[in-house]
Amino acid sequence: MVLLSIGLMTVDHRHSHMDSIRSALALLLWPVQQATHLPFAAWEWGTVNLALRLTLLDENERLRSENLLLNARLQKFAALKAENDRLRDLLQSSRAVADRVLIAELLAVDPDPYTRRIVIDKGSRHGVFQGQPLVDAWGIMGQVAHVHLLGSEVILITDPEHVLPVQVNRNGLRALVTGTGARNSLTLPHLPNTADIREGDLLVTSGLDGRFPSGYPVAEVVEVRRDPGEPFLRISAQPLAHLERNREVLLVWPAAEGDEVEPAALDGLLEAAPESGS
Amino acid sequence: MNDFTPRNGGLFIGLSLLVAMGLTVVPMPEWAVSWRPDWVALVLIYWCMALPNRVGVGVAWLSGLLVDVLRGALFGQYALAYAVMAFIALRLHQRVRVFPVWQQAFTVMLLVAVAQMLVLWVKGITGLAPNTWLYWAPVLTSALLWPWVYALLRVVRQRYRVS
Repeated sequence: MVLLSIGLMTVDHRHSHMDSIRSALALLLWPVQQATHLPFAAWEWGTVNLALRLTLLDENERLRSENLLLNARLQKFAALKAENDRLRDLLQSSRAVADRVLIAELLAVDPDPYTRRIVIDKGSRHGVFQGQPLVDAWGIMGQVAHVHLLGSEVILITDPEHVLPVQVNRNGLRALVTGTGARNSLTLPHLPNTADIREGDLLVTSGLDGRFPSGYPVAEVVEVRRDPGEPFLRISAQPLAHLERNREVLLVWPAAEGDEVEPAALDGLLEAAPESGS
Repeated sequence: MNDFTPRNGGLFIGLSLLVAMGLTVVPMPEWAVSWRPDWVALVLIYWCMALPNRVGVGVAWLSGLLVDVLRGALFGQYALAYAVMAFIALRLHQRVRVFPVWQQAFTVMLLVAVAQMLVLWVKGITGLAPNTWLYWAPVLTSALLWPWVYALLRVVRQRYRVS
């Protein structure tokens, strides 16, 4: 038994042969997870259905004004998008394809206090795949770690095992951001002491991993400690996504190939630039 | 009850283990998560002591595998921990059965500590060891809850004549 366990652990750690067995067992445990989720779902259903009319009217009013605000912002966005498309046409690069999304619901289960994982109610039956990015209205949440037929397990960006390539929105500085295992705390471990990064900087996905779509907000830098005696900065950041408060999350299917500017088009632009300047 | 079948009440053993697994993942407030007792270990220890001929290393190993999947842990780490724990529990069951309940709780504490220790080793080898004393909190809470788990499962065992 002991040898078998050690063998299993080694295989699971180094290869991914175990995924099918794991997803089969996970499917077996799905009813258990659903059963744990049930009282919480019932509670929520109850609070929604038994809410006072006044509260509902209030909320309706609030949502209406929020909708108005968002629509107004969207108008500006439409103009910007048209402009962006025109510029991309000039660069002769293919247009960015809109990312496809699907709403998934979080299950009220909490697997382990020392890792940051969540379980959602969409699985391979809904087209979810391993490594799929997960976002909410505020930023990147994490990615799918294990999938089975009806649900999947998600590793959040705050998990100590999770690493995400990002870039500072202000100056394009690339970095890796990793979780600490604590709620709402991230760290950037490999930036040299001379790196140009400040408190309040916005970190967005760089898309260099080929897994997360680029340009999604990830975190805000809250503390930068410069110690001349150490080679690297100590940076802590706070994720923008509401990792611990969401009920609903968005699964993203990143846009297909051709999202980025083709190098040839860029070359052309660089050659053309001096001419137009002279 | 179906007294003619030798495999009486296996349903209840399985059910109690599934309930324990449900309790393992039920959401708790932030301050309490680290103190969550190891429910599956408690139930396994009870059945190992009460029915050593039914529940042993094999059942413990399989439930450990399920807990691995449930907690998203490395495949086999809880399987290993629970198998070793069940092995020790089987070795001790004749002595521990006649202990007063607080002494049983102490034994349970040691058994859960062994399981936690094995999981910690595996986590350490894969580089994810939690760096806090709170990691050992479940050992304490498990021992404190033992008398109630013991009483409850004994009622279940006697009522439904699980043997």
